[in-house]
Amino acid sequence: MTSRKLEIIAEPGKTSFTTRRVVDAPRPLVFEAFTKCEHLKQWMGPRNLTMVSCESDLRVGGRYRFVFRGPDGKDVGFSGEFREIVPPSRIVRTFVFEPIPGSDCVETLDLEEHDGQTTINTLTQHRTVENRDGHVGSGMEGGMAEGYARLEELLAALSTR
Amino acid sequence: MEGDLNTTFRALADPTRRAILARLARGEASVLEIAEPFDMTQPAITKHLKVLERAGLIARGRDAQRRPCRLEPRRLKQAADWIGTYRRFWEESYSRLEDYLQELQPKEKPRDIKKTRDHRRTR
Repeated sequence: MTSRKLEIIAEPGKTSFTTRRVVDAPRPLVFEAFTKCEHLKQWMGPRNLTMVSCESDLRVGGRYRFVFRGPDGKDVGFSGEFREIVPPSRIVRTFVFEPIPGSDCVETLDLEEHDGQTTINTLTQHRTVENRDGHVGSGMEGGMAEGYARLEELLAALSTR
Repeated sequence: MEGDLNTTFRALADPTRRAILARLARGEASVLEIAEPFDMTQPAITKHLKVLERAGLIARGRDAQRRPCRLEPRRLKQAADWIGTYRRFWEESYSRLEDYLQELQPKEKPRDIKKTRDHRRTR
């Protein structure tokens, strides 16, 4: 049985990181789920955030933008532009977490299907190691693992207060 | 208040500043006490503290001699609601995607028990 865990690989000192996750669905359906707002609204984001707006102009040069509302009622956007679209297997797009304008990076989504299951591979390419670490480091991978781990503990402690 | 949140994110982007916050989570401390474990000059630490103070993440005491720093958890919580962690964002998203894809697919095969293996964390 294939692992359903999310794998995140961020080698120290590199400007990119990769992730891998297997889902039990055929590739064309997963591709749709990743590109159409009617689907994205149903699953994207953790439960403490609500997707309040979704735009996805699926063509090369077209833009997408997702706006999430947090528990405090504040909205934050993620957006970018599609660079390459190969249904049902591949999407390349730019990505920026709007509160941090310098955080822009390029994401490549590759879908592989085996026996009715789809492996979702992502590659995120940043301009600097610092930006890469800032993006993924809070998951405790990468060179700054210790500092982030401590911050994680801190946040955990605060949330139980 | 959007701008405030942006300042907070920029302050959190630095590993030294995150380590300072972790230190202050254990209790208030003077600049000297904070600087101790770091291979950095006191002015460099003071600079980081100013960034954290402007971002609303710490506050400094009035005592002119010591000016102890303490954590301001409210702003940190606010930022944490937003960034969460990359892993949490995507683990939860994929777990929801998995359920959603099940709903979308015709149920010709018996549903397996993977739902019970989803370790969902609530906050």
